[in-house]
Amino acid sequence: MSNLQSGTISASQAAEASNPIFAKYEPVIGLEVHCQLKTKSKLFCSCSTEFGALPNNNTCPICLGHPGVLPVLNEDAVNFAIRLALAINAQLNPVSVFSRKQYFYPDLPKGYQITQYDLPYCIKGKLVLSDGKQIGITRAHLEEDAGKNVHGDKSSYVDLNRAGIPLIEIVSEPDIRHPAEAAEYLKKLRSLVRHLEICDGNLEEGSFRCDANVSIRPRGSEKFGTRAEIKNLNSFKNIERAITYEIIRQADILESGGKVIQQTLQFDAASGKTTPMRSKEESHDYRYFPEPDLRPLNISSERISFVQSNLPELPEKMAERFKSQFDLNDYDARVLTSEKELALFFEDVVKKVANKVSYKIVANWVLSEFLREVNARDWSLTNPPVTSGHLAQLLQLIGEGTISGKIAKTVFEEMVEQGGWPEEIVKAKGLVQVSDNKLIEETVAKVIAENPEQLSQLLAGRDKLMGFFVGQIMKLSDGKFNPAMVNKVLKEKLDALRK
Amino acid sequence: MDPFKKQAYEIAQDVNEGKATVTEVAEAYSRRATSLIQQLNTHIYWSEEQIKNHSLLQADRCANAKKNGQKLPLAGVPIVIKDNICVKDLPLTCASKILDGYKPVYNATVIEKLEAAGAVFFGKANLDEFAMGSSNENSAYGVVKNPWDKEYVPGGSSGGSAAAVAAAIAPTALGSDTGGSVRQPASFCGVVGFKPTYGSVSRYGLVAFGSSLDQIGPICRTVRDTALIYDVIGGHDPKDSTSAVSRQGSLDDMLKKIEIANESRPLAGLKIGVVKESFQEGLDSEVGLSVKTAIQKLESLGAQISEVSLPTISYSIATYYIIATAEASSNLSRYDGVRYGLRKFSDPQKYSLEDMYITSRSEGFGREVKQRIMLGAYALSSGYYDAYFHKATRARQMITNDFKKAFMNVDLLVTPTAPTTAFKIGQKVDDPLSMYLNDIYTIGVNLAGIPAISIPCGYSSKGLPVGLQLMANNFNDELLFKGAFCYEQSTKWYNQRFPSC
Repeated sequence: MSNLQSGTISASQAAEASNPIFAKYEPVIGLEVHCQLKTKSKLFCSCSTEFGALPNNNTCPICLGHPGVLPVLNEDAVNFAIRLALAINAQLNPVSVFSRKQYFYPDLPKGYQITQYDLPYCIKGKLVLSDGKQIGITRAHLEEDAGKNVHGDKSSYVDLNRAGIPLIEIVSEPDIRHPAEAAEYLKKLRSLVRHLEICDGNLEEGSFRCDANVSIRPRGSEKFGTRAEIKNLNSFKNIERAITYEIIRQADILESGGKVIQQTLQFDAASGKTTPMRSKEESHDYRYFPEPDLRPLNISSERISFVQSNLPELPEKMAERFKSQFDLNDYDARVLTSEKELALFFEDVVKKVANKVSYKIVANWVLSEFLREVNARDWSLTNPPVTSGHLAQLLQLIGEGTISGKIAKTVFEEMVEQGGWPEEIVKAKGLVQVSDNKLIEETVAKVIAENPEQLSQLLAGRDKLMGFFVGQIMKLSDGKFNPAMVNKVLKEKLDALRK
Repeated sequence: MDPFKKQAYEIAQDVNEGKATVTEVAEAYSRRATSLIQQLNTHIYWSEEQIKNHSLLQADRCANAKKNGQKLPLAGVPIVIKDNICVKDLPLTCASKILDGYKPVYNATVIEKLEAAGAVFFGKANLDEFAMGSSNENSAYGVVKNPWDKEYVPGGSSGGSAAAVAAAIAPTALGSDTGGSVRQPASFCGVVGFKPTYGSVSRYGLVAFGSSLDQIGPICRTVRDTALIYDVIGGHDPKDSTSAVSRQGSLDDMLKKIEIANESRPLAGLKIGVVKESFQEGLDSEVGLSVKTAIQKLESLGAQISEVSLPTISYSIATYYIIATAEASSNLSRYDGVRYGLRKFSDPQKYSLEDMYITSRSEGFGREVKQRIMLGAYALSSGYYDAYFHKATRARQMITNDFKKAFMNVDLLVTPTAPTTAFKIGQKVDDPLSMYLNDIYTIGVNLAGIPAISIPCGYSSKGLPVGLQLMANNFNDELLFKGAFCYEQSTKWYNQRFPSC
């Protein structure tokens, strides 16, 4: 769940502010993202893609690379791929070709990966950041995932459940100029694939993997510097940290008269440093050639139209719709639609509240109270402990005047800590708002009478003391008096006294 | 009539009419074969128990079919399966040590089809390792002997299959053809071998060698049996993405009608082109003579003979050995000791992944296989891809175009199947280029994807069989089989002589 708080300066921005390196050198960043597709079965066989199965349970002769087997393309994966291409405004190639990328490793059963090399299915897309800057997307292509190696003390183990799962690899142009920009690009891309319902976008589980290509050059120079690739970045925070560190590392090399060498690095989150990966893969000749067991992939305009007409609502469109439909400001609309599940949650609450409170109030509650708990307690948005039903009921109680907004916050806390429905909690704790005019009048009169000094000051002009009186009155009522009524009665009495 | 000279279609007829039983046929063939298997080394896996069990299963199947009024087309017909085609639970070796201990967990599509048609599997035939070879001398399980003269090779890579049919171990066999591996051994062994149009027969379950070239093909004593097997095993397979749409109609039915017709000029209207380039140097004179005589025969049957040139055919061998080895180098990468087959370390004390890969593959693969893997990897390697692999694919297109152009003027093309008759065991093992030249007339066919059939057309003075190759345009099976069948029926080579074994 991405951190949707605003106003905090990011790690990279802090570094930038303090480091003169950033003034002298311009970072040039390109990002490669591998998205695991949420298809039911693998890319070239009918094995399940479900996460969490026992090792090697989701396998068959095809994805195990047995003798004599052949791949058959999963058409759902192609449709998912087309969805992505449409969403990033890419040019879909009517004909694209699968290729074999060859190398030996135990998690690669056939000794080659079926991917797309010189003719990918789409090229020349773009992603627009919130400040309007366009990041070019060079290409996207379909390929199969490899399995997993697990290293023990004396042996290594291979789990091939993941081998053959469909991936889309999305390669950006080296248009990114700042680590924070890189993080934003990735967050937007992640939000997009989740809206399109083609990928879970889960960095920790590995369904959304990011590699960063980083180089630097003196500001003003057009020539590209030597780049290093940082692999296996597993959180947005680490991505920013890693890129920032790498920029500084490369600048230090250049400042001391050295040359940056092209290499593959990994990021050590504990130390905050990038270090070279020990594998020998950099010097690989993958011996690519067109996959003879598959025909070229033809994507017809009919197929594109079909996918287009069934495209889920994209984040930008959803945000615009929220602004007009729910009369929300730009910021609220964007935050609510940055995660599809959050938007759906909001809409669900709105529906259940049935206009008892304004959209704005719903939005406020979802964005502050609810989201705060989601982040703090790592709740799932599809199945939070406090459901849309719970929240809607709470807001209805406010709308009906049964409780005040302030009391509602207390009830909410109880819902979070202990669970339960707001109506029950209000009843059990006797939190129903008191709107008894007589009682309020009596209490107001009492407080006024008991605080002569403050009264005279207030009457003399210290309006701030209104708060004091309200506070005292509310205290006497354990906060249960209807605040609006308290204010009204207090004002009336004071006005009367002024006369 | 010697029952072992019966054709497969006759066996099926007998079984379906109740004149013989599945188990009787299987037992008779199996008993007779025992000593032949030893003498000729046609098999890698041979088990009388396996045959018996399978014959019982298939007897049940045929009986059930009968109850439903169905007649299975291959009822009780013994068929030998080349050991690079997966039969579930029977060992699969591809004549290599690297598959030690491996048993397929699934059936090839062709096996499922043969099973459904009532055939009885007669073990797994010997072959050149991973189908790479033209003499069956590249097998980790020893050379196969030609039934006509045991000092001679049977051809390859489907040497075991062809020899088994020639020796009547079974009336039918499956082989695979990548550059001639069904046709050339058929020609050396005096039997019929057919390579279908690329995509006609499913490759699912055929251990891949040259993916864009491989096809499974039947090897039988006669053209009609060959058509019968092809009718059963052909057809679209959704598990094979390179599989073509199923052809309509049965070739066996078509051939049946020709027999009845009994014309004197059954090939009237058929245009046959003699490939000029196949009669140049390198062709054995006796082979040339037999083939020329056969062509005259075709003419007398009514065919219109002309001369055709395929100018780029001379590039076939170079083109093939780049494309096939490139694909093979990739297809054989999966034999790495990780999931199945041979796994070896040079030093059990220091387990290293690289050592495991190197030792398993160095010891598991034979010399010819290793050579081709290296050739193929080289042709695909960075810096050489354009000059070799890419260029070869363009040459391939030119060769294919030559065939296409030729077929605009003729229906069939004719050449000898091989430039010589069988050669002696050991004669060419140290001369790989001379070995590769065996395929000179067959290779272009795989590059172009077209169908081709080799049929017996005579014998050398040493008594070794000569083969005639007919080729047709893609999917033009009717014309091809018609031409082959009419020639065969007017000469009946298959009934004139038999191997001495």
